[in-house]
Amino acid sequence: MTVPGVLGILVFTAFLVVMAKPMGLYLYAVYDRRKTWFDPAIRPVERVIYRWTGVNEDHEMRWTEYFIALLAFNLVGFIVLYIALRIQGALPFNPMHMKDVGPHLAFNTGVSFTTNTNWQAYGGESTMSYASQAMLMMQQFLSPISGLAMVLAFIRGLTRKNANTLGNFWVDLVRTLLWVSLPMAFIGAIVLVGLGNPQNWGTYVTAHTLQGGIQTIAQGPVGMMNSIMQLGDNGGGFFNMNAGHPYETATAASLMFQMVLGFSIPVGLTYYFGKVVKDTRQGWTILGAMLVMFLGGTLVLYHAEALGNPILNHLVGIHGPNMEGKEVRFGPALSSLFESSTTAVSWGSTAAANDSLMPIGGLITLWQMMSGEVIIGAWGVGLLGMLAFAVLAVFLAGLMVGRTPEYLGKKIGSYEVKMAVLAMIVPTFVILGFSAWAVTSHGGLAGIYNPGPHGLSEVLYAYSSGVGNNGSAFGGLDAAAPFYTWTVGLAMLFGRFAMYIPALAIAGSLVQKQSVPESAGTFPTHGFLFGGLLIATVVIVGALVFFPALSLGPLAEHFALWSGHLFGGGGA
Amino acid sequence: MIKHLWTSIRMLVLLGILTVVVYAAVVTGISQLLFPYQANGSLVHYHGRVIGSKLIGQSFTSPKFFDGRPSAAGYNAAASTASNYGPTNPALIKEVQANMAYILKTNPGVKPSQVPVDLVESSDSGLDPDISVAAAYFQAPRVARLNGLPLSSVRHLVATHTVGRFLGMYGNSYVNVLEINLALLHLIHHRS
Repeated sequence: MTVPGVLGILVFTAFLVVMAKPMGLYLYAVYDRRKTWFDPAIRPVERVIYRWTGVNEDHEMRWTEYFIALLAFNLVGFIVLYIALRIQGALPFNPMHMKDVGPHLAFNTGVSFTTNTNWQAYGGESTMSYASQAMLMMQQFLSPISGLAMVLAFIRGLTRKNANTLGNFWVDLVRTLLWVSLPMAFIGAIVLVGLGNPQNWGTYVTAHTLQGGIQTIAQGPVGMMNSIMQLGDNGGGFFNMNAGHPYETATAASLMFQMVLGFSIPVGLTYYFGKVVKDTRQGWTILGAMLVMFLGGTLVLYHAEALGNPILNHLVGIHGPNMEGKEVRFGPALSSLFESSTTAVSWGSTAAANDSLMPIGGLITLWQMMSGEVIIGAWGVGLLGMLAFAVLAVFLAGLMVGRTPEYLGKKIGSYEVKMAVLAMIVPTFVILGFSAWAVTSHGGLAGIYNPGPHGLSEVLYAYSSGVGNNGSAFGGLDAAAPFYTWTVGLAMLFGRFAMYIPALAIAGSLVQKQSVPESAGTFPTHGFLFGGLLIATVVIVGALVFFPALSLGPLAEHFALWSGHLFGGGGA
Repeated sequence: MIKHLWTSIRMLVLLGILTVVVYAAVVTGISQLLFPYQANGSLVHYHGRVIGSKLIGQSFTSPKFFDGRPSAAGYNAAASTASNYGPTNPALIKEVQANMAYILKTNPGVKPSQVPVDLVESSDSGLDPDISVAAAYFQAPRVARLNGLPLSSVRHLVATHTVGRFLGMYGNSYVNVLEINLALLHLIHHRS
């Protein structure tokens, strides 16, 4: 590890803390219907949208109706995207004559982009027409808002008293798109083009290289998609190699800007949460717990990458960090920071090949997804998962002191705890169940690329990424094989909705409750003690269940590597 | 449910127009106006022809040029890819050994421990346009010798093409391979 490398990681983490308050205040203004600069321009558009879609913006929804509206919107979005991909050959904006996408891949991609996963079982520049990329981009705008709407409803459940309703899904959707997504993505796109992203609709360029060869250079409307891809924590890149592709990220400055975009909303939401519950310490405590885990993971990952591969050192005699699957302009430190961020914040675009990370590097990326994507996490769902962990944490604390647990003045009963546990158990079953199936079936084994324990890591990564709606991959896995298109597709659906339903059910139950005044016996849910308890809950309840699987994958590979053992053909 | 489906369809059409048509058109227009060079792919022209993009690595196999990085994509700029070899995969060892053998052959007299890692390990995109500064200085003696240039002028070339870290902390210092090779050609033509 180098001094600038570690310093860069620390400075960036500090910047995230600084960014939380202004972002949170802006979100508060948007959802609390306070004045913002954009109102004169946007408010009329908002009214027109409600008029044309027949939405009554004063209508309030119970949790069931809120969920049904969200489900209907996701369903229609999926169907439209699926059809657009299947008939892409007949649609305009296809200068490179891309063929129709097959049914397995179209299902997988449709689910992937409507669940905010952006798992890509295809290479963008060799599969998708510009029209299809634009249709994918539409879901990159819309799918993160579904996640954000969830946490808005959940927070209303915590703060409203003796009520029945959690807000209006359509209003949450439209206000987020008009006030947050579109203006920020627009500014982001222009900056990214300035930093090197192409933004045109022409055919691929044919270059006559300096040595006399011919090079076909894929490009297209990259900037517009790249911006909302990062801002919305989507992660579905224009190109196969995504953020590592020089047209998506030409410089370290561009990568840093994309990271700021990706962190902005999830970090701001923690402050927004504190603001809404009228105790900003609550938000800071949650952000603090998230950042402690993030920083720890990032430094461990960087350490592993900086050490390099001992077998290569021994057999080939090279010295230096692990540069396999890394770009020179990023180097080990920034690549590590980005790969840690992509799994923590769940955007899922990669600037380095995760399959070629050192075993401990791969372990960190896996663990950050297996935690339930609560170490910051994507729009809304990260905070939502963390609040579910907070409910569990106060329950555990309540058990220890023998009092009825309460969170932010609401008594936590057995119903809430059951639902919170459900939200954690389902993803666990899906990851471990599907992984077990994959490594014992012909279809699953055939898609594995690397031999030995690393192959198991590939499989675990695929389902963790699917369930966590992350979208990054150990890229060697044959994600386009039907076995994986369908099982990962189902994992994405389970991960999304097995989280939504219990979370909204908790909100629907809490919103009906009276608020109990704070007393001397109330366990405070802010400060270092609660932050520590929260981290312990995430580690013990959330991630320890994966320890056996991780032992057989990345940990086994780590010990083999450092004892000079290769797989699938000899030792050193 | 039916009511919400009908609302969903109308919502999707309207929001689709906003995000796909309006947003895409405005971003394209402003990008082409403000940053035409970047928006069209940062293309590099030489004697009136497009010889590549500044941002996209291309294959250099002649030892007279500075080498770029090993590429799992074979520098196919229409199908980016990484090797995806895991750290205990024998195929990784074989690949790095082969790259090392090539480097040792084209740069006689060097030891493996002197070879910068980025010259023997493959990039992420398969299109990495850069090499580390160490990798550029490492190749300077060979490039100078094969082109009949004084070593000092080639080293000077590397120094003037070095790009530093962002904010002094982020990323690596690097040298763009296409640009330094173009400058090299320029140097050769102006000598003779």
